[in-house]
Amino acid sequence: MRRVYLDNNATTPVLPEVMEAMRPYFGEHFGNASSIHHHGQDTRAAVERARESVAALLGGRASEVVFTSGGTEADNLAVFGLARPGDHVITSTIEHHAVLNACKHLAGKGCEITYVPVDGRGLVDPADVERAIRPNTKLITIMFANNETGVVQPVAEIGKIAAEADVYFHTDAVQAAGKTPVDVNQIGCDLLTISGHKLHGPQGVGALYIRKGTQLEAMLHGGSHERSRRAGTENVPGIVGLGKAAELARAGFQGGDDVRMDDREMAAARNRLERELLEIEATGLNGESAPRLPNTSNIYFDGIDGESLVIALDLKGLAVSTGAACSSGAIEPSHVLTSMGLRADRAKASVRFSLGKQNTAEDIDFALDVIPETVARLRELSPLWRKSAVST
Amino acid sequence: MLSTDTIAVAMSGGVDSSTVAAMLRAEGHNVIGLTMQLWNQRRLAGYEGMPESVQGRCCSIDDVYDARRVAETLGIPYYVVNHEERFERDVVRPFVEEYLAGRTPIPCSLCNNHLKFDQLLIVAQQIGADKIATGHYAQVVFDEQINRWLLKRPADKSKDQTYFLFGLTQEQLNRTLFPLGGMTKPEVRELARKYNLVIAEKPDSQEICFVPGGDYKRFLEAYLNEQGTEPTEIAGEMVTTNGKVIGDHAGVHNFTVGQRKGLGVATGSPLYVIQIKNDTRQVVVGKDEELYSRILIAHRVNLISTAELREPMRVAVKIRHKHQPAPAMIESCGPDEVRVTFDDPQRAITPGQAAIFYDGDIVVGGGWIEHSE
Repeated sequence: MRRVYLDNNATTPVLPEVMEAMRPYFGEHFGNASSIHHHGQDTRAAVERARESVAALLGGRASEVVFTSGGTEADNLAVFGLARPGDHVITSTIEHHAVLNACKHLAGKGCEITYVPVDGRGLVDPADVERAIRPNTKLITIMFANNETGVVQPVAEIGKIAAEADVYFHTDAVQAAGKTPVDVNQIGCDLLTISGHKLHGPQGVGALYIRKGTQLEAMLHGGSHERSRRAGTENVPGIVGLGKAAELARAGFQGGDDVRMDDREMAAARNRLERELLEIEATGLNGESAPRLPNTSNIYFDGIDGESLVIALDLKGLAVSTGAACSSGAIEPSHVLTSMGLRADRAKASVRFSLGKQNTAEDIDFALDVIPETVARLRELSPLWRKSAVST
Repeated sequence: MLSTDTIAVAMSGGVDSSTVAAMLRAEGHNVIGLTMQLWNQRRLAGYEGMPESVQGRCCSIDDVYDARRVAETLGIPYYVVNHEERFERDVVRPFVEEYLAGRTPIPCSLCNNHLKFDQLLIVAQQIGADKIATGHYAQVVFDEQINRWLLKRPADKSKDQTYFLFGLTQEQLNRTLFPLGGMTKPEVRELARKYNLVIAEKPDSQEICFVPGGDYKRFLEAYLNEQGTEPTEIAGEMVTTNGKVIGDHAGVHNFTVGQRKGLGVATGSPLYVIQIKNDTRQVVVGKDEELYSRILIAHRVNLISTAELREPMRVAVKIRHKHQPAPAMIESCGPDEVRVTFDDPQRAITPGQAAIFYDGDIVVGGGWIEHSE
């Protein structure tokens, strides 16, 4: 069966060049990067080269990059590394659970948390962030781009507000990095999270950018790895893979000769998909008129259950997703869409399509082939649709 | 015989439904495994009487993990579908409300009527399955003479689950398969071993799936606590059959008709719960012989083997899951209402339970017990 993958916000396939770059570090270059001898020097050099590639992608210095086990650990390190009991933290209602649940945990440990809302387009208003600042505010953590809608937040404005108030600013750029240029100095952030597997690198590796001078307490205690900010023997193959992925992402923005989709081509493909899907009756775009990542489209199909659509499409070979999955694998109502004020039934009727570099125009053709007929079948069998069809 | 129709199997991670999936796969059908996520066990953790860490069975990660492994062994697609909202609305709330109204509910029947053979069947059809199969012990057959689908008791009478399936409509039966209907439980386990299913030795489950440890009182109190209900709103008096107040009770949900233990009153002769009064929240107690009645009224009746009851019919009626069907006459006494007159008085006819009418092995229909007379 032909399979097309349009769920690149969940994870992306590792690019062949990335795999090739990693391969020697499972074999001949096996040293512990902390070892004194040749083998250690070998892998140490690879880790530091990767650090430079990541720093270059983000516009920071290599010494400001700490490798972690992924986006969640980097988010947790930023939040727990800074906030102490009695501190106040500002975040938004649409953050990833890696930030939301870290903040929830902080609330139980004597921190105060303010959740700023988003408007109907899914955007945080920087004025809300500014108003929320108190004398004891220690950290503002607002994501760069939302994983479900792709809506890009006004992070540079928030960065200015944070700088003026002398409050630390962290942004989770897991979804943005690799899809749109991300520059820590343009944003004016003190901390920024990325994840390897969202930009065609491997799973199990991520990084936290920590601006020089930021007083951050480590979460993992052990050896003096990563300048004592993250103990534990480095995941060398993973770090090398992340470095290579960062390098390829940066080259893509510089208009390289890669045959795969760059951000502009991706936007064009996404727009075609979106335009045609929105021609189906009783559909709509979530995050319409907000600035969005070039690869993401979140669409509601009235009268159906997004969960059933995801399953039905998977059985036809098209991988897409909805909301966040809970531990059993069932789909939970999206906190992002409900925060945007979307009706509960529309939130449940929403499905996310997200493209990656590996996708082709034929993939979009395939999606446009199977989605309309599947939506029609679901609606035909849906009690919700019959009801709403009668009422309109 | 090879067939390529698509069948969705409702998989719980237990032996029965796993074996069903394996059997249908072996017969050559396209099989899709589905598990319903119905209730979050951690939800009531820490509420009134409920420990911080709740070890419930329903929709546990372990069961989903088992179902997923079975699906993987069989090479079938498998999905978990979230029906928590519907489950709370159509099963949990009615379960709680029934107890508060002095009745003794059967959540499994509600789940079958509203979730398994309704919501899940819709999902199954939407994703391209023509039929749904479950691990219930029951049989579905089509009777060409009367042009109706029949629900019949299974070969293994000790596992008979028809009591919980009386609400199935003709349309639902038309799309339902019970592949274990002709088998005994030991045969099913043997087959599970033959197919190398990891759950072949998994113990059977008996309790109500969303009630941890089978302690429904603790569940009710925790749920009411979560919903903000005050304990004083459910307490009341205990009275004798001739109206004498002999004590107080902490809530009608603590009682069921026929109950003897835990009444909290001491008298010379044994006392039983005879009746629970919905309007006054009074629990009426009396002697064993006062528990017997010959007539019950069932409402919200669903008829299966016949479209309507034009004239009285001789059947055997089962008034609780473990009850031996007793000979009786049934007759229509209103829209979706049936009067059951037993040959011999029956003990502890309990409002909220179901009364199922059998003609031999065939389920004529069934309804919810409204009251006895």
